[in-house]
Amino acid sequence: MSNPLEVDAPAGVPYIDWEREFDAPVEAVFRAHQDPDLIKQWLGPRGYEMDIDIYDFRTGGRYRYLHRANGEEYAFNGVFHVVRDNEFAIQTFEFEGFPDVVSIESMTFEALDDGRSRVRGHSTYPSMEARDGMVSSGMESGMSEGYDRLDEVLARP
Amino acid sequence: MIVDPSADDRLDRAFAALADPVRRRIIARLSRGPATVNELAEPFEITKQAISKHIQVLEQAGLVTRTREAQRRPVHLNPVQLEALTSWIDRYRLIHEEQFRRLDALLQNIDGARAPGKDTET
Repeated sequence: MSNPLEVDAPAGVPYIDWEREFDAPVEAVFRAHQDPDLIKQWLGPRGYEMDIDIYDFRTGGRYRYLHRANGEEYAFNGVFHVVRDNEFAIQTFEFEGFPDVVSIESMTFEALDDGRSRVRGHSTYPSMEARDGMVSSGMESGMSEGYDRLDEVLARP
Repeated sequence: MIVDPSADDRLDRAFAALADPVRRRIIARLSRGPATVNELAEPFEITKQAISKHIQVLEQAGLVTRTREAQRRPVHLNPVQLEALTSWIDRYRLIHEEQFRRLDALLQNIDGARAPGKDTET
């Protein structure tokens, strides 16, 4: 059983909103976003090794990491504009393969009853083209597994 | 690129429709060309009625259409809808979904204790 991910890409505005609940306390979810040893275990597409140059998840900190697989390499970087423990963070996000197109991403961490939690994300892109383009080309590698998976689904006997 | 809520609903229906193995086999068969309900029912050990039900689900999800040709009512694949399944927003959803499932697995282990050494998912 896993909690569903809600994703909304509203028409006419260059935003993406998402929301996801976790069967874990907000402190643990926050820590999984803060600790580089933890983040490299879950962030990014399946099958990619994550190599962290720097990951300093606090107000004024910055990050740069690479996703690697099969000789391909995709680098991402940004700054953490605000980080409030177990509550809130704003970071910029740039795919180095698509330089100077920077999105701003906020994440709201929320405690729920019974030791559960919710994270809400809101990304704003400089233009609609940037949103659609960055998402599809910036994550092309990882995203192509969407195709793969559909192919798998359809090919199953 | 416009993503409206009704498009989202359609995608949800399409994914739900494809969650069933019989319906996936029907889609796989139709990718080789249109077929009638009888033809589609042939390889399965289930009633024609059950097959019709599956086709209805696929039809409602927009994945197949039916036409009338003389006596026959062949079922066709709807490639536009299949393509829509691989649009960027779905890829975005898939990749994040997968990522958060890995996070779920990780969270089960980090409660209190130290972090596990390895990714629990392959």
